[in-house]
Amino acid sequence: MLQNVIIGQYYPASSPLHRMDSRSKLIAAFFYLFIVFLANNWITYGLLIAFTAVTISSSKVPLRFLYKGLKPILILVVFTMLLHIFLTKEGDVLYKAGWLEIYEGGVIQGIFIALRLLLLVLMTSLLTLTTTPIDITDGLEHLLGPLKKWKLPVHEFALMMSISLRFIPTLLQETEKIMKAQMARGADFTSGPIKERAKAFVPLLVPLFVSSFKRAEELALAMEARGYRGGEGRTRLRALEWHNRDTFALVLLILLTLLLFLLRS
Amino acid sequence: MEISIKQLEHRYMQGTPFERRALHDVNLHIPDETFLALIGHTGSGKSTLIQHLNGLLKPSAGSIKMGDTLLEAGGKKQDLKPLRKKAGIVFQYPEHQLFEETVEKDIMFGPRNFGMAEEEAKNTASRVIEMVGLPQTVLSKSPFDLSGGQMRRVAIAGVLAMNPEVLILDEPTAGLDPAGRVEIMDLFYDLHQKNKLTTVLVTHSMEDASKYADEIAVMHKGELYLHGKPSEIFNERKALQEAGLDVPETVQFLLKWNEKSGQNLSLSDFTIEELAKSLGQALKKRGS
Repeated sequence: MLQNVIIGQYYPASSPLHRMDSRSKLIAAFFYLFIVFLANNWITYGLLIAFTAVTISSSKVPLRFLYKGLKPILILVVFTMLLHIFLTKEGDVLYKAGWLEIYEGGVIQGIFIALRLLLLVLMTSLLTLTTTPIDITDGLEHLLGPLKKWKLPVHEFALMMSISLRFIPTLLQETEKIMKAQMARGADFTSGPIKERAKAFVPLLVPLFVSSFKRAEELALAMEARGYRGGEGRTRLRALEWHNRDTFALVLLILLTLLLFLLRS
Repeated sequence: MEISIKQLEHRYMQGTPFERRALHDVNLHIPDETFLALIGHTGSGKSTLIQHLNGLLKPSAGSIKMGDTLLEAGGKKQDLKPLRKKAGIVFQYPEHQLFEETVEKDIMFGPRNFGMAEEEAKNTASRVIEMVGLPQTVLSKSPFDLSGGQMRRVAIAGVLAMNPEVLILDEPTAGLDPAGRVEIMDLFYDLHQKNKLTTVLVTHSMEDASKYADEIAVMHKGELYLHGKPSEIFNERKALQEAGLDVPETVQFLLKWNEKSGQNLSLSDFTIEELAKSLGQALKKRGS
């Protein structure tokens, strides 16, 4: 049922992307979020697609796996695309039937926006697919380290993030378990009018909340029992290592940015 | 209800790199009104198997026949509600499924979903709450104010309220105190006999299996490993040990006794009382 959702999931494999330092991957993904918005014509989008395709193929994550995991988001992508196709009124009229008018500009705009969304989701998914939650948190804590000077709780923030990432699969499992238990008692989550269906989720959400709070409390206890006292003076078992390939990847990204600036209209 | 499982196979996360075969070529026939104990090591496929019995999981290959309902791999989508009403599952730690404001409402959830009228569901709730050994006053309380053991009983009552013909129990006594375990198991056994139910009990406990079951099925690595009457199964100690299990304590004791004394005693229902009795007789014989 929920076993195909891959947001926040780690895909174990050995690829160049897996071996990269989490800091360089975080910087790259963050940077990518901005440069996606630079693209505004076919060439620049083509460039971004090519770059993303190369990244995906070097990650060794099977396409079928990616596709299955992103299916729920595809609905959103298609929806935004349709919205733009129907609502943007620019350029020549391509099709007209009654009140419905489709403009050339709308179609292009729709495709571009859909591509933009898709590229963003793909890249950020790749980050979590190729980096273990622990690595992501360590990298983030490192990168945000300077902010500690201004008394920002960087360590706590990173910990919170790693805990939430860590518990996404657990929560999904729990959801599936409770769904099954309620379905066995005749609950129906998949059919009926929307109002009824929304109501049908109460038997799922209440137990989920209850167990989440319980789990949070148990986790806090377990951490304290093992002497957790914040990030102060903590040493790490696995130190992060910056390699040439990390520098190389970032240089590549800067080149891509320059190209985008040159080619955008 | 007669249950007939044929060449059942189940794969989790089919088509992903995480694909895992949980069941393979399981053939099992459970005659009407049988009490079957399903035993196996953790991860042997017991829980996966029982979730097929009311259509929560769909077979990757093979089929399951529950009475008149046929569930097949690749079969058409069908309305599973009638089947789910007839086959009630008590899941592991069923107290996790409680959600309503009052115990009464929570027990009524199942019956109401299956179309029972409000008044009737209320009556049912007050009937089943007694069955699970709780006072009527509990009905108006919030399930979250109860103790763990009481919550378990309420959750069980919620399944019994559906008045199922097949009762599927997934380690229903895990985490209960010894007295509670016996009480709950006796309750299920009473119901099984009184209402002529077909019962499938998933358990780790050979003792429970020997005490209640007409038949025992042993699962090992996703396959049906042994199946037969308790006395037949307990003769296969070597095979059981290979599957990470063992014969009940009473049989273990008796085997040692026979080995040391050279006698050849046997048991028929494997209870401690029976063991004590036959040992007593054996000692008397020796004395005279």
